[in-house]
Amino acid sequence: MDTTTFRIIKSRCLHYAIVFFSALTAVPLVAILGKVAVEGFHNISFQFFTQPEPTSYQALIANSQGTSIPGGIANGLVGTLLMLLMSSAIAIPLGIFCGTYLAEKRGTVYTRIVSYITDVLQGTPSIILGVIVYAWVVVPMKGYSAIAGSVALIIMMLPLIIRSTEESLKMLPSSLKEASLALGGSYDRMVIRVLIPSAFGQIFTGVLLAISRIAGETAPITFTALGSAIIQWDVTQPMSNVPLLIWQFYNNPALQSMLWSASLVLLAFVLALNISSKLISRKWKIQ
Amino acid sequence: MNIHSALPSRDKIFRNLLFVSSVIILLVCASMILSLVTDSISAFGEFGFFRFIFSSEWSYQEGNEHYGALPFIVGTLLTTTLALLFCIPFSLPVALFVGEYYKGRRITSFLSTITDLLAGIPSVIFGLWGFYVLRPIVVNLGLSEQGSGILTASFVLAIMIVPYAASLSAEFIKMVPAELKEAAYSMGATRGEVVRHVIFPYCGSGIFSAFILAIGRALGETMTVTMLIGNTNQIPLSITDTGNTMASIICNQFGEANGLRLSSLYAIALILFALTAVINIIGKILIKRAQIK
Amino acid sequence: MENPIIQTNTNILSIKDLCVAYTADHLSVSHVNVEIPRNQITAIMGPSGCGKSTLLRAINRMHELYRGIQVSGQMLLDGHDLMSMDPIKVRRQVGMVFQRPNPFPTMSIADNVMAGYMLNGLHPDKQQRNQIVERSLRSVGLWDEVKDSLTKKGTFLSGGQQQRLCIARALALQPQIILMDEPTSALDPIATSTIENLLTELQRDVTIIIVTHNMGQARRISQKSLFMYLGELVECGPTETLFSNPSHPHTASYLSGHIG
Repeated sequence: MDTTTFRIIKSRCLHYAIVFFSALTAVPLVAILGKVAVEGFHNISFQFFTQPEPTSYQALIANSQGTSIPGGIANGLVGTLLMLLMSSAIAIPLGIFCGTYLAEKRGTVYTRIVSYITDVLQGTPSIILGVIVYAWVVVPMKGYSAIAGSVALIIMMLPLIIRSTEESLKMLPSSLKEASLALGGSYDRMVIRVLIPSAFGQIFTGVLLAISRIAGETAPITFTALGSAIIQWDVTQPMSNVPLLIWQFYNNPALQSMLWSASLVLLAFVLALNISSKLISRKWKIQ
Repeated sequence: MNIHSALPSRDKIFRNLLFVSSVIILLVCASMILSLVTDSISAFGEFGFFRFIFSSEWSYQEGNEHYGALPFIVGTLLTTTLALLFCIPFSLPVALFVGEYYKGRRITSFLSTITDLLAGIPSVIFGLWGFYVLRPIVVNLGLSEQGSGILTASFVLAIMIVPYAASLSAEFIKMVPAELKEAAYSMGATRGEVVRHVIFPYCGSGIFSAFILAIGRALGETMTVTMLIGNTNQIPLSITDTGNTMASIICNQFGEANGLRLSSLYAIALILFALTAVINIIGKILIKRAQIK
Repeated sequence: MENPIIQTNTNILSIKDLCVAYTADHLSVSHVNVEIPRNQITAIMGPSGCGKSTLLRAINRMHELYRGIQVSGQMLLDGHDLMSMDPIKVRRQVGMVFQRPNPFPTMSIADNVMAGYMLNGLHPDKQQRNQIVERSLRSVGLWDEVKDSLTKKGTFLSGGQQQRLCIARALALQPQIILMDEPTSALDPIATSTIENLLTELQRDVTIIIVTHNMGQARRISQKSLFMYLGELVECGPTETLFSNPSHPHTASYLSGHIG
């Protein structure tokens, strides 16, 4: 076998190996989705979305009688909804403002520092945010609350929105800005009426991704919102969210059969957000 | 003149608003550091900074409290290193698949969707899957008796960081100019040789920085690790041993801790924060350098 | 089309019925038949988009790097069918120099010259290596300019020097033919004239096929010229004849500046 043939075979083997290992990465996704769907599907019913979690006692009785466990994850759904709303209401505008600032003032030392700090925040493990917000909110307020949970989620969400806003604004051609300023537009109008709408698709994608990320957060919520077994609408009170319920079901042998259904709901929600953000970004791509 | 003077002031308010929002970010970060430092001072004061880091004892018997972070630092470094090792043989091929071999083809957007979705799965669900699916496999293979441990946790961690390392590396691989690849092909190089001698030398630093950022993710991952690592407070002696990482010990004990133990957990949080901050900043600096080229 | 003055045995490459299609319904190079004379410079001219680069890149089968490009026809290099050989072997025989200088930014000047050997898995010993580097750099007139900085990165050279380095890189493997795709279009006039002089000297050792936009360049350096228009080879022949007495009206109007 001459050397050229050997080299060609080597190169081809590399090609096959790349395809093989790339295909292998699809296995965990399929395995996880499959497991959660198969195990979780049969417990999903209307009451699963409208009832709060059962007590261990109710679950034990149901288990011993061989009936299905009553109750659902409504307390977690309400908590997820309220905490997402609260954190989005603050993190989205603040993040967009800060991202705009970074995109507009690029190049200065101050901007660079803020930019690095944003990276540090983005890389901070969520559990650390949990313990910090515990000290900031839970201790002074003398109790766990949905507000505390939301503060942790805000800090998680901010860097994601800042980055996506900054990146999308940087992609806009500078002629756009010059054109609107040349027409005599003021700076605030230029940003609010021209820049942000032009990059809206990309910013919106970033917002959806940020929401999908924090919707699955468990660790910081355990030390801030703590969890609540009843449907709680008062944000100054402890509250649960869906990931936290999953964590509790995992730790409570009596409630195991709720575990996969709750995971299925969370997974469906998070992945739906993920996919829609992808579709939107494809549709509203900045030319 | 009157009409005009009204506009700049509104303008100015808006500019200040943007500036203030950036100051808030700095303030948040500064107060985070401040709060971690003040809450961990009593632990560092009691044991001393270096003794805290290098002590392997973690006992909370009343009257004989002693806390040291070494088992958790070792556990974190071990899981992260292993996760990185497991992640490379998957993320590099995916990056080459997306960025070079099947660049711009439909199958590539399919593969990217798969890795994006993988990145979107909440960590608690990764933990569940690891616990109920992977752990029994580890037991059946006879790798360890209880199935939980450093090895199992690292393997799931690796799956979690593959999307990050792969998508960022692919961006760098895509940036290799076609004219350089063509130059190599025009001299009779095979595709594999172009990958090795042109693509890797050109964007090696970018790929390296992608892995640094992936390490940053693995360091702080909490739920998955807590569910899979076995949660024991001694230094793991082999990769099938159980252990704890810095994140998982906080997750396990923060709820029930007070006093010196609480402060020690804050001290661990501070160390973890510093570690991830340094890794992330190094990663970002490397990425910026790689992009300038 | 073939010119009776040029003897067949002096032709190194014979192209028969070559077609290249980027899309199914349109031929970018359409049924080209031409003989390329050995140790001469053959120029391919024509307006932008006429298919001259596409034709050139078909010869060392660069089109196979990209999907969906169909190439058909026959190419014989000294009687060997290039289309049935492995493209990797073809490219060792048929080197290429590109429009923009593209030395490998990660390699030193000497490593750039040796890149072809390294990529082909050949590892000459140190003495041979030095010989190849010196010989190749001398043949492009770069030796005296860079002999003290062989370990520096090639990207620090000027544009003209970089392009000469790329020619040396292609020459190092001692190919039979070098394809050049507008090699001076990114260079200033002085660097251009250095390279033109260089090519005139190089034709003693190697056959050169050059795509050029610049009619003056074609006239100055080539012995044979091809004129392409809309994918077709409209006219070919000795450069002097083509310029002084074009037989096709398209060629005449291109040369007089009416098209292109």
